[in-house]
Amino acid sequence: MGDAIRINTPVTSEQLKILKAGDSVLISGVIYTARDAAHKRLVQLMKEGKDLPVNLNGQIIYYVGPAPAKPGYAAGPAGPTTSGRMDPYTVPLLERGLKGMIGKGIRSAEVIEAMKKYGAVYFGAVGGAAALISRSIKKVEVVAFEDLGTEAIHRFYVEDFPAIVIIDSEGNNLYEIEPPKYRR
Amino acid sequence: MREIRAELIKETVKDLFMKANYFAGEDLVCKFKEAKKKEESPIGKSVLDQIIQNAEIAARERIALCQDTGMAVLFVELGQDVRIAGDDFNEAVNAGVREAYEQGYLRKSVVDDPLFDRKNTGDNTPAVVHLEIVKGDRIKFIAVPKGFGSENMSSIKMLTPAEGVKGVKDFVVGSVLKAGPNPCPPVVVGVGIGGTMEKAALLAKKALTRPLDRRHPDERYAQLESEILNLINSSGIGPGGLGGRTTALAVNIEYFPTHIAGLPVAVNISCHAYRHAQATI
Repeated sequence: MGDAIRINTPVTSEQLKILKAGDSVLISGVIYTARDAAHKRLVQLMKEGKDLPVNLNGQIIYYVGPAPAKPGYAAGPAGPTTSGRMDPYTVPLLERGLKGMIGKGIRSAEVIEAMKKYGAVYFGAVGGAAALISRSIKKVEVVAFEDLGTEAIHRFYVEDFPAIVIIDSEGNNLYEIEPPKYRR
Repeated sequence: MREIRAELIKETVKDLFMKANYFAGEDLVCKFKEAKKKEESPIGKSVLDQIIQNAEIAARERIALCQDTGMAVLFVELGQDVRIAGDDFNEAVNAGVREAYEQGYLRKSVVDDPLFDRKNTGDNTPAVVHLEIVKGDRIKFIAVPKGFGSENMSSIKMLTPAEGVKGVKDFVVGSVLKAGPNPCPPVVVGVGIGGTMEKAALLAKKALTRPLDRRHPDERYAQLESEILNLINSSGIGPGGLGGRTTALAVNIEYFPTHIAGLPVAVNISCHAYRHAQATI
């Protein structure tokens, strides 16, 4: 693995173009959390023509439901959840300017097509490495849907959040590229 | 008749769910290190390295290994010469789960109604309890917090007896390959064979409580475990699903007698956070 590429949020499609499937990245800045229930609500608001609680333009969403933080800690353990569950809601968010997603696991063909169309990147974090990842989260605020508890939309201020480019903005997919090399 | 206070049951359950969520077992950490040494993929090696570091941080700081601290699954072996005094048994178990998840800074992931309301119960109860009555005057608890990244990848199939060993192999390997990167590989594969549909599912889950360095005592099943493990690790899925030799750490099979007409097989997958803790009171 090569040296990690540092990126700062918010991002543009132009900036993301240099990232290729397999690149290690360290993300700094603000990222937003959202998982199943929050996605459902975001898409519902869009259907009703209402404003979203977060301006998604140039932003990255992290699919995570963090564990509570112990006293003295900025964040609780926070590893990625399975991204595929968000597939039915992702295309409209990409249309709204979402530029990146962090999760784990495979994405649907529709999502990958929309990522190519809108110049977005799908990052992977190591599933289950929740305690390790939480070290890069410096501050946490709840910004919307507080009633959803762990599924509320949180704003994470991160420094050097470790991720890997799984699907780049051209649609190259690490899950398709790497495993065949090790198949017997 | 030995009397066991409900309060002790509560405290034991509480302790076990905290312990299971903070500490990766020694057998598991050994497997991680062994896998990292053998792993040929540089990305796979780096994923294993992060998994090892993660387990060290969680244990040292007493924080959860994974943010998905699971639904609280509990296997209980209740001695028939035990009398439970004080609160009722189920209340005591759920009180233990409630306190573990509240006081242990563990995520509450349980919703009350699976289909319509999906409102979080706020304390990770109710627990899923599997009770077995055994001889003696003790109670044994095995806590298995189960995350749903891997639980969602589990499956069951009612094979015909004619499908035999090949049918079992194809189904188990197929289930793991289909799951791909989703259940957080390297995984541990629990397999239940026989009984009825629900018994096979329960055996598959129980298989996930066996230490990783222990093979099935019946040589034929032990052989099948190792064959299936090799087939899975030939897939190339690798750590994190990002390619490599380590897709599964172990395959644990449990069996039970079944009907002349059937061959039920269930696959319950655990992510690399292969968590369980046990105690006897």
